[in-house]
Amino acid sequence: MKRIGVFVCHCGSNIAHTVDCKQVADEAAAMPGVVHAQEYKYMCSEPGQVLIQEAVKEHNLDGYVVTACSPRMHETTFRKCAGRCGLNPYMVEQVNIREHCSWVHADKEAGTEKAIDLMRMGVAKVLKNEPLKAATIPMTKRALVIGAGIAGIQAALDIADNGFPVTLLDREHSIGGRMAQIDKTFPTLDCSACILTPKMVEVAQHPNVELMTYAEVESVGGFIGSFDVTIRKKARYVDTKRCTGCGACIQKCPSKVPSEFEMEMGPRKSIYVPFPQAVPNKPVIDAPHCRYLQTGKCGICKKICPTDAIRFDDQDEVVTERFGTIVVATGYQQFDISAYEEYGGGRIPDVITGMHLERLLNASGPTSGKIKRPSDGKEPKNIVFIKCVGSRDEAKNRPYCSKTCCMYVAKQATLLKEKLPASKSYIFYMDVRTGGKNYEEFYRRTQVDYDGHYIRGRVSKIFQVGDRLIVRGDDSLLGRPVEIEADLVVLAAGMDPQHDARELARTLGIAYDAHGWYTEAHPKLKPVETQTGGIFLAGACQGPKDIPDSVAQGSAAAVKASALLTKTELTGEPMIAQCNEAMCSGCGLCVTICPYKAITRQPKQERIHGKMRERMVSTINSGLCQGCGACTVACPSSAMNMGGFSDEQIMAEVDALCQR
Amino acid sequence: MSALSPKSGSPADCAVTEGHVGLPVLDPPPTAAPDTGKTKNGEWQPYIVGFACNWCTYAGADLAGLSRMQYPPNMRLVRVPCSGRVNPQFVLRAFQKGADAVLVAGCHPGDCHYGTGNYFTRRRFLLMQRLLTFMGVDPRRFQARWISGSEAPKFRDVVTELTEQVRPLGPNRLWREVEP
Repeated sequence: MKRIGVFVCHCGSNIAHTVDCKQVADEAAAMPGVVHAQEYKYMCSEPGQVLIQEAVKEHNLDGYVVTACSPRMHETTFRKCAGRCGLNPYMVEQVNIREHCSWVHADKEAGTEKAIDLMRMGVAKVLKNEPLKAATIPMTKRALVIGAGIAGIQAALDIADNGFPVTLLDREHSIGGRMAQIDKTFPTLDCSACILTPKMVEVAQHPNVELMTYAEVESVGGFIGSFDVTIRKKARYVDTKRCTGCGACIQKCPSKVPSEFEMEMGPRKSIYVPFPQAVPNKPVIDAPHCRYLQTGKCGICKKICPTDAIRFDDQDEVVTERFGTIVVATGYQQFDISAYEEYGGGRIPDVITGMHLERLLNASGPTSGKIKRPSDGKEPKNIVFIKCVGSRDEAKNRPYCSKTCCMYVAKQATLLKEKLPASKSYIFYMDVRTGGKNYEEFYRRTQVDYDGHYIRGRVSKIFQVGDRLIVRGDDSLLGRPVEIEADLVVLAAGMDPQHDARELARTLGIAYDAHGWYTEAHPKLKPVETQTGGIFLAGACQGPKDIPDSVAQGSAAAVKASALLTKTELTGEPMIAQCNEAMCSGCGLCVTICPYKAITRQPKQERIHGKMRERMVSTINSGLCQGCGACTVACPSSAMNMGGFSDEQIMAEVDALCQR
Repeated sequence: MSALSPKSGSPADCAVTEGHVGLPVLDPPPTAAPDTGKTKNGEWQPYIVGFACNWCTYAGADLAGLSRMQYPPNMRLVRVPCSGRVNPQFVLRAFQKGADAVLVAGCHPGDCHYGTGNYFTRRRFLLMQRLLTFMGVDPRRFQARWISGSEAPKFRDVVTELTEQVRPLGPNRLWREVEP
């Protein structure tokens, strides 16, 4: 039988006040297996720990029980104490006779009785304890950042600056994300491109950063420390090594397509870069619109290219690479305004979204920065903004606030007044939410200095009369209907998760909410972590966010990722599931119940009656298992057990509690 | 004991299972001179085994201690990583060895530290309570509660209520008598 020690702590008078510690120690000493029992004023103090260590050596203890405060408080202390005297740290159990006993029961007799029961429970458990050893997981010193918007760029730059190689992946063929489309940024009215493009260049030229654009994640295997990520690099039809980005092919290409970057308000060619400051600034061929690839006739780009970089036979390339940690920064997409039939979104050409207006305002946009409405190119005089389109609307399943619309509407109204001093902006709002540094001041300036006319109420209908738009709504402060003749209507479309956000989440094994926003591990204290170890979140993929918040989260995710990358190996959790393969029938019930996908069925070779047979058994990935124990209960063969909380241990505890 | 692990159905398909499910009382009526359990001043005291998940209920019980809340000393808590770790075997064993009541307590549905553990607890609990009732155990003797780490008053109230509910039922003699 194991040689067990019991150490009863007085915790000053905290425990001794309502528990007779001497009686607890005496009862312990009488228990089978207990070879030493001792009480002391403060077990967690330095002399208290020395006392334990000396007793372990003197009595040659195999394990010990400390009856003291909550194990949530000092379990680590007493485990480390065991480690220092050569005992396995998991041969220690702590019993809670303070929070669960002395502090909640005034009656000393009943308190002592309960403390003795709890002590017995601890001794019964520790008799069944087995030494546990944490598995080590090797760390691949390389990070992957998915999504190269501002959050992803910031995360990649910070990881790279910390000295670790990082791959920055984006499915578009330029990095920059949504911020590249924006004209100016609130509340400072900095030109978006002027602050973004230097970062784009910096990240592209950083020696630790590998750009992987026009590529998508296909599958993710493995776990923290060694994620095996399969990436599809889409065919570009241009050899980026040969291409110098001279742009001759773009000039000569005869086929024109509406530009996605310009919100389809301007043309692009079939061989194109999305915008002039694109990084990498090398064109790709849009295969569905390329004349040569569709009909076999044309090929002008190939003829004109001075470096012979055009490759019409280019194919998608699928690569699998290993990363230690992943930052997800896949951002958002703008809400589709056609859901609001009453606003004529998508049907009436002069009803546009905020992002359309950004491109109209932008000097390098389709109108070279001149405000021309899409239908006839006229300068608008009356402009109506409608806020909360696709935000705060239960009927459209968008109950959340998109956070940025209030400010971008104020910014756009300001910019319109600057560009068209004779124009007037009317802004229909539900509430104005301007939480953020200098945001409220900016909103006040829009109202006071830039003549922004704010109307509290919703718009019920927009319809065309001649070349004008009649906006019919309601002023809920005055309590009467309003009707405005407008030349241009801007819907402040909210943020939606990317249309394929859920698929990526399932590929990565991370959680998402009812709308498709990725879920952080804790809403307050773990804002960039996911429930899956080694995967972090940055930017609007986690919920609507403006640029400063996205940058801050990008940096935060980078710090978390870098902290992992500094390690050569990670220490796993030792108290995890264990599978007894001899008993496992391979039914796979545990596979489906495991919330971490830590269990897989794998073939096992066995010699039965002189023949080699193969059967399936459950195998636990110690890197993924978090030790919840769900599989242990699901297992019909009792093959699954759990270190530190084994069936035998808990059963012994129950027996000890009840057999009195 | 084989697993009672549901395979399908969303978490919302099951009502929150606070308290017992209103099944008939099947226990033998309390006797005047109970032969099990501890006595205090000659009065019989119920003996309750509680299984508490480490992250919510155990923390809630710790907070009750820190707040010096007073509750009856009738329950002994067994710490488990997750309420989903509580094998029905443990519950049967506790009754078999003479516990007068068993409590399984964990995080609120949706708040499980491990994501889904307490959903399994919830379904297992419903089945277990039916099974125990079938076997002749009063359903009031086996209860499940969701107590978060900040709900110390709830923990105190649950222990107090459970103790008072079990007291009139008297000692659990059903299986102790058949024990060798």
